[in-house]
Amino acid sequence: MAHIRPTPRQYMILGLVALGAPLGDTCLSRGMTSLPPISLTHPMSLIDAIFTPWIGAGIVLLIGFFASYLTALSWADLTYVLPATAFGNVIVALFARFWLHETISWQRWAGIVLITVGVGFVTQGPSLTERPPTEASDQEIAEGRAQ
Amino acid sequence: MTPAHTGAWAAAGMIAAVVVTSTAGEVLTAAAMKSVGDLDEIRARSGMKGAIRAVVTSPLLFAGVFFLALSFFSLLFALNHLSLSLAAPASASLTLITNAIAGKIFLHENVDRRRWISAGLVCVGVYFLAH
Repeated sequence: MAHIRPTPRQYMILGLVALGAPLGDTCLSRGMTSLPPISLTHPMSLIDAIFTPWIGAGIVLLIGFFASYLTALSWADLTYVLPATAFGNVIVALFARFWLHETISWQRWAGIVLITVGVGFVTQGPSLTERPPTEASDQEIAEGRAQ
Repeated sequence: MTPAHTGAWAAAGMIAAVVVTSTAGEVLTAAAMKSVGDLDEIRARSGMKGAIRAVVTSPLLFAGVFFLALSFFSLLFALNHLSLSLAAPASASLTLITNAIAGKIFLHENVDRRRWISAGLVCVGVYFLAH
């Protein structure tokens, strides 16, 4: 059955999608910048990099992101998931402002406002396109009841 | 904006390559997950192993991941020739719009006015945020 509005658990999955990618990228960036320059003549040093704490954490977060993303796409439209999860960009910008004390220009504040309004707008609508039931799906439902 | 040795058409081509491969990857992945069905329900019925099996046996998913990998390498190539402040926001924000168009055409999603407006707002917002 189609979930027209996400359940609280599904909102949590969308939150994991939104946070997983930017936080994972941040961890990878932090890990890679703390390493000495990696040369293509020594590719094995990339393997060693995987086992450093920041890069390991980044990989775990990105695996979590992809699993959550696939789960979200199994019950919501692509055109719902992508704008709804763009809020992660805002989180990272606010994280940079209040934790790393970076300066945020007026363009970035404008971007934060636009993304927040866009996300709020799309999440108020239906998450999945309703489709008329096909003969095949009717048969599947009947088989499911028979089991 | 673009380094002196990279022309405007070459820059547009590199960004277009990122956008097209990324859109193809997202649409194929979404189509794969739609054909698999609600993962929460599959997990409740067949457990985590059943959910993983349902996902990894979908050929469309591998096609999607292939295009997403292609998009990643296209972005790396673009970043090698263009400035980050141009390539990253342009490709990220344009991909939102092309995904809305592709979602309507190929996935037959109901992209109503609400979704168009939010895709537009997020697109401009990402551009401002990353610029």
